[in-house]
Amino acid sequence: MKKSFIERAAAYPHIVWSVLFIIAPLIFVVYYTFTDADGAFTTENVERMFTSNYVLIFINSVCLALIATVICLLIAYPLAYIFSRMKEKWQRIMILLIMIPLWMNFLITTYSWMTILEDTGIINSILSLFGLSAHMINTPGAVVIGMVFCFLPYMILPIYTVMSGIDERLLEASADLGCSGWQRLTKVVMPMSLSGVISGITMVFVPSISTFYISQKLGGGTFQLIGDTIESYFVGTAINYHFGAALSLVLMILILISMAIMNHYTDSEQAERRRIK
Amino acid sequence: MNRKKLIELRGITKSFDGEVVLDNISLDIYEDEFITLLGPSGCGKTTTLRIIGGFETPDSGDVIFDGARINDTPPYKRHINTVFQRYALFPHLNVYENIAFGLRVARIRDEEEISRRVREMLEMVNLKGFERRHVTTLSGGQQQRVAIARALINKPRVLLLDEPLGALDLKLRKDMQNELKSMQKRTGITFIYVTHDQEEALSMSDTVVVMNNGSIMQIGTPTDIYNEPKNAYVADFIGESNIVDGVMIDDYSVKMSGHTFVCVDAGFGKNTPVDVVVRPEDVDVVAPESGMLRGKVTSVTFKGVHYEVIVDIGGFKWMIQTTDYVAPDAEIGVDIEPDAIHIMNKSEYSGMFGDYSSFSDELDALSENTEEEED
Amino acid sequence: MKILSRLYLILVFIFLYAPIAVMVLISFNSSESTTQFSGFSLYWYREMLRDSATLEALRNTLVLSISSAVVSTVVGTLAAVGIDRMRNRFMRGAVMSVTNIPMMNPDIVTGISLMLLFVFVGTLLGLESYLSFWTLLIAHVTFNLPYVILSVLPKLKQMDKNIPEAALDLGCTPLRSFFKVELPFIMPGVVTGFIMAFTLSFDDFVISNFTSGSSFETLTIHIYSMIKKSVKPDIYALSTLIFAAVLLLLVVYNMSDRSERDDARGKKRRELRFRGKEGGAAK
Repeated sequence: MKKSFIERAAAYPHIVWSVLFIIAPLIFVVYYTFTDADGAFTTENVERMFTSNYVLIFINSVCLALIATVICLLIAYPLAYIFSRMKEKWQRIMILLIMIPLWMNFLITTYSWMTILEDTGIINSILSLFGLSAHMINTPGAVVIGMVFCFLPYMILPIYTVMSGIDERLLEASADLGCSGWQRLTKVVMPMSLSGVISGITMVFVPSISTFYISQKLGGGTFQLIGDTIESYFVGTAINYHFGAALSLVLMILILISMAIMNHYTDSEQAERRRIK
Repeated sequence: MNRKKLIELRGITKSFDGEVVLDNISLDIYEDEFITLLGPSGCGKTTTLRIIGGFETPDSGDVIFDGARINDTPPYKRHINTVFQRYALFPHLNVYENIAFGLRVARIRDEEEISRRVREMLEMVNLKGFERRHVTTLSGGQQQRVAIARALINKPRVLLLDEPLGALDLKLRKDMQNELKSMQKRTGITFIYVTHDQEEALSMSDTVVVMNNGSIMQIGTPTDIYNEPKNAYVADFIGESNIVDGVMIDDYSVKMSGHTFVCVDAGFGKNTPVDVVVRPEDVDVVAPESGMLRGKVTSVTFKGVHYEVIVDIGGFKWMIQTTDYVAPDAEIGVDIEPDAIHIMNKSEYSGMFGDYSSFSDELDALSENTEEEED
Repeated sequence: MKILSRLYLILVFIFLYAPIAVMVLISFNSSESTTQFSGFSLYWYREMLRDSATLEALRNTLVLSISSAVVSTVVGTLAAVGIDRMRNRFMRGAVMSVTNIPMMNPDIVTGISLMLLFVFVGTLLGLESYLSFWTLLIAHVTFNLPYVILSVLPKLKQMDKNIPEAALDLGCTPLRSFFKVELPFIMPGVVTGFIMAFTLSFDDFVISNFTSGSSFETLTIHIYSMIKKSVKPDIYALSTLIFAAVLLLLVVYNMSDRSERDDARGKKRRELRFRGKEGGAAK
């Protein structure tokens, strides 16, 4: 049947919206990157990134984001596995409990972490009962804790979704074929949950590398991440849209490259599995 | 019989993404007729139905309804209603509201009339007392009945049924076949029925249209189709059949497997190569020395009412259905009566069907399944 | 093994709930300290309710998140219907890829890219202050759209394509068929999309930070500016109230979702969903 007008036109408002407010803004990022304040073409903004301490900022950000992502994965994977083997009713409750912190305003929770980690904070007042003390606030470690707290649910949820989708009968079949508990995990569960792990990694790494409030509060301004730097050029005191745009462009490209690497890795993995079959 | 043409399809052609699904189809459908489009998945029967319903527009050709061309009439302006394959009941409405849907859309405001007509329909499909039930709580057979009631409430001229019994189990299917048939008789509405089940087609229809690869193979009454198949494809698709290469020696005389048989067909000319169809139930088993043909039994399967025997006669595997037990590897003779022999002209389908050398129920089922997935 | 995994669960939940517990506790503090709990009081709740700037921000946030949720739900639902009907695979892929950009891109990049657009257009038009409620609304609708589309699309995919056809068959015009049959069917997806859009919008800080001017302050922006100065427990009191509201909403939503899930249709739908997943994995 010929499609009616509504059917054909239904997506048009969205398409127009996308062009105006998704594609056009990205074009402006590129435009601002390669122009100066007078609107003339320049590559100065890009060059500046490689000449000063900005390289260090990038390396710092990548390292912290990677550490946070790995910690999230290490915490989330066993957790998701435990969840997926629970009774369905309990699974639902657990997932709700994981999601609730997501609905909290992270500015507030990050601030709460300050209260917990401060030199006179909760952990130190507990430690002082034993005559101990630990300096945690304003260290990279505190920033990583903040990141893990904010983004851990984003790692748990996709892994759990994939794992709970694994048919119980597959595990029974593998046990029937002589797999031990460990083999079942490595030979059945792990390969099948890979897609969840991949989306979990993306969902944690991307916000971690671009955060600015966590590092401001828990890092105490002792060191800068990309997010802080970009923000300072847009709403801070030293406003420079052109250099800020350049930083964002590089951040975007950096993320695109890491996603491509990850996709390539999983693609080759899948290709290999297909070949083995 | 003085029948009035209700729907005419004239040279309908339709393709999807460059693939021809219907190739120049012409078909007349009469008033008060139960007509079945029969064929394997992908033969174009559902597309034909959707063109009549108005859900697809033919690339070329005309659809004529009651004398008027309706190619571009949208479905909501046609006096035709449909019972969809998976029922397509509205999940957010209960049984009553599903059936009343057509009336409400037609802006009938009189609640009493709606109530009366819905109850009438419920009575007809034997679902009294189900008004307030949610459609998702019904069994497949009950959903089927609701779908029929919903489609009939607007008193259409034509009811289209797209494999409506496909999802039901065997017993229920038989019951529903009878009910549908009597419903059609009672209402006098033209039923156009699509199925891939030849038994269903034969037992319900006034007219059967056998389709394959987007073309019509044969149109006729169930007995015509069964007894006088036009080509090897139809013969094979409708029931079991042995299709043997033969030569028409003369009128009423055909030679196959080295023996000349008396038959009832004439008019093929002399010494013409033909396809000969013999139904398995028409072959008689006799002693080896007294048979017209003789061969060796290769397999015997007990089927309940009869044994299914595969016999190798001169390298061609025949299927024979007999109530007498024969032993595997035994030598037997077979007799074929003249009226059991059907002669067909050679066609593009010759040699493709009717040999049971690789016969297996399971294989049959397998190939059917893959076809369905493609559909 | 069982005890070990229990212990592990408890540790993770302590980690996830410690800051929330701290927040709730401090909100009832009787002193001004955010580190030392000196006694129970509702002082900061009263204080918070007396702060007109906070209440103004709360009102602004509600106006913004409701209007952005409404706009993105309408545009997104229509878009999902249009995308679902697209036969051209290339076009469909292109639209989906662009749709997903705000979800994949870091929020900060989405925020500054929109800001640059507004700055550019604003200076072009010679406007004094170009960031306003409207720029915020545009930004919020933009990042909400993919979530609405992605919650409606699966519903459309689940729907038997014969269902809208059955409505046409029974006399509905395509428009009536959409409102009478399709919309009720995809309603759960539309509602989920609306709720997601509302909460994302309510909670957003990063993108608002770049697209809001001084004339229209949302709650998160307000909190951010308060945190920059000194924090008093009144923010905690406000957050505790919001947390309680969200919790209530979640519980209600989950209960209604569960009762729906328990009927036969829900079971079938779950099967379908699972099958859909398998199909996706096979690709």
